[in-house]
Amino acid sequence: MASKMINLTIDNNKVQVPEGTTVLKAAKSIGVNVPNLCFHEDLSIYGACRLCVVEIEKHPRLEPSCATLAEEGMVVKTNSTRVRKARRMIVELLLANHPEDCLTCDRNQICELRKIAHDLGIRKLRFEKGRKYDYALDESSPSIVRDPNKCIQCGRCIRVCSEVQAVGAIDFVDRGGRTQVLTFLNKGLDNVECTNCGQCILVCPTGALREKTAVDDVWAAIDDPKKFVVVQTAPAVRAAIGEDFGMPAGSLVTGKMTSSLRRLGFDKIFDTQFAADLTIMEEGHELIGRVTNKGVLPMITSCSPGWIKYVEHFFPECLAHISSCKSPQQMFGAVAKTYYADKIGIKPEDMYVVSIMPCTAKKFEAERPEMNDSGVIDVDAVLTTREAARMIQEAGIDFTNMPDEDFDKPLGISTGAATIFGASGGVMEAALRTAYEVITSKTLEKVEFEQVRGMDGLKTATVDVDGLELKVAVANGLANAKVLLEQIAKGESPYHFIEIMACPGGCLGGGGQPIPTNLEIRKKRAAALYREDEGMPIRKSHENPAITAIYEEFLEKPLGEKSHHLLHTSYTKRERY
Amino acid sequence: MSLEKCKKQLETILAGCEGKRESLLPCLHAACEQCGHVSEEVISYLAEKLDLPRVEVYSAASFYSMFSLEEMGKNVIRVCVSLSCYLKGSNKVIKALENELSITAGQTTPDKKFTIEPVSCLGLCDKAPAMMVNEEVYGDLTAAKIKDIINQYRQKEAK
Repeated sequence: MASKMINLTIDNNKVQVPEGTTVLKAAKSIGVNVPNLCFHEDLSIYGACRLCVVEIEKHPRLEPSCATLAEEGMVVKTNSTRVRKARRMIVELLLANHPEDCLTCDRNQICELRKIAHDLGIRKLRFEKGRKYDYALDESSPSIVRDPNKCIQCGRCIRVCSEVQAVGAIDFVDRGGRTQVLTFLNKGLDNVECTNCGQCILVCPTGALREKTAVDDVWAAIDDPKKFVVVQTAPAVRAAIGEDFGMPAGSLVTGKMTSSLRRLGFDKIFDTQFAADLTIMEEGHELIGRVTNKGVLPMITSCSPGWIKYVEHFFPECLAHISSCKSPQQMFGAVAKTYYADKIGIKPEDMYVVSIMPCTAKKFEAERPEMNDSGVIDVDAVLTTREAARMIQEAGIDFTNMPDEDFDKPLGISTGAATIFGASGGVMEAALRTAYEVITSKTLEKVEFEQVRGMDGLKTATVDVDGLELKVAVANGLANAKVLLEQIAKGESPYHFIEIMACPGGCLGGGGQPIPTNLEIRKKRAAALYREDEGMPIRKSHENPAITAIYEEFLEKPLGEKSHHLLHTSYTKRERY
Repeated sequence: MSLEKCKKQLETILAGCEGKRESLLPCLHAACEQCGHVSEEVISYLAEKLDLPRVEVYSAASFYSMFSLEEMGKNVIRVCVSLSCYLKGSNKVIKALENELSITAGQTTPDKKFTIEPVSCLGLCDKAPAMMVNEEVYGDLTAAKIKDIINQYRQKEAK
């Protein structure tokens, strides 16, 4: 049923929008971006910052356009003197309580508040500094740092945490001028059920939230002549890092990324995708085993560390459903410091493994006490996509004009199946490509499984594997994962295999990716990854020659004794706070 | 411990309302009435019963000034610091209380007998400066009167 259309006038333009459209959105449809701070397209309407106020004829007061629905015959002015004056005042008042360390702020180039102050023409601070806050930073988490002094209380982080991720680790505490965004009893992010997903960082309009940086640790390792420093890059990074150098979203920059990292001084440039192919071998066989031996089903993927911490806190009764496979990042670390270190005659303690990840939770994962199966810590430092871009900028490398170079061998060899790990549905698709051929011993002609692709939060499919009906589900965003988990907890889940990624859209929408990250940008990054997959000579993990070699030379067979020791892990029941 | 004191009351309020967010404020009121403050234990209990993140219960309890997150003294002295009382010298009232009890406003005496809490208008502008001790109202306060009032409560406690 077509919805009723509403006719209104915005800035002397006739506008027609479906009933239920906000004035903010209606204005956008005619090319007017009303400035806003607390509004976010992925979140519920909050209407707190008042920056998006507009003048509406016959309304005595200015109205927040994000929270006002378009009505028939409405006459709106988004750009009157009264509106501009009010907007400036709001930003001036925010700035009266905001630290002035923009030059050294993590958000320097990408701060929404700074941009708005600039766009609105605020060139001096009219109000004397109000309260001078000196709140302590929350540095408890290995992934995320919170600076309450820079918080403008727009509440986006609170809403993304509870609405998109169904976690609810933070909320407003106290009232009036003393209001702060805090964890339960101010215990700190590391001591509550925060999953370290970093979605709060992506939506924060200021420098109040950022990753805990490892940049200086990595520089120190590169400069240390005794360390052999290898770097691995996650699939989603190559489809996003170009954005931090001004390239359009969806730019595929695998070759430039590789050459830039080589210039930074890493000894070997390897690919997490190698480990993703390895994951498919292990996880695929684990799934086949569970299906044929009537093991615990559905089996759920374990690549996303935000998801793992979520299930440990909220659904510990479902831990037996999680694949025992380590994530590709951790498989890579364990293999690099054993198989590869041995190959080149280096001791594990002299090797330093750096990961470049679209993810903040990977920092937490690398620090998990069980992740040292090589005898030392398997992954020494984790950089987000943003941090890696900053190092490249710091070194003055002209990223956009870098030549395309290849990854090093053998841990840089991978397939298209591994590339799509970066998109929601990708692990599922990669697993199906391999499981089909292993189970049926037939060649899979059409490798694309379109049903599990795309930005929907929940996707389901039934796949015919030579008579065996495999029921699968894919969730991205933890609120969607919760739906599947509740089914499992009740014993009502109809699925054999479930893929869960903590972040919307999968890793390409991860908390460590370039800012901004939004639906449009996520779609473009996904398209880039599928484009890369299509162009790869090998598109099935089990056909990766480097994977065949590692099993022949070292691991022997999937789920074998060495695999069990190096590539598999266990999970921990955690408290709810 | 504090949960034991108010659990019965909370159970009555929660009967049939488990998982309902709107039951939160009545529960917080009950907890404060029964044990003087909202403890971590009570927050955790309510979060579980109402299926809310603990930080959300903490948020609500911290927002409203009638809920206290810290343990209060047996006698809570609420001193009005709104306009009328302020003009008539509420700061002197607070000073006198602080001297008499050797604590600062917002604190509780080490023996847990008294808490001084500055509050908004008590509706006693005609008797400014005014305060309440528990449910009892005291107006037209002076330093001397305050000494007497505190002594009365001390004697009551001694009995």
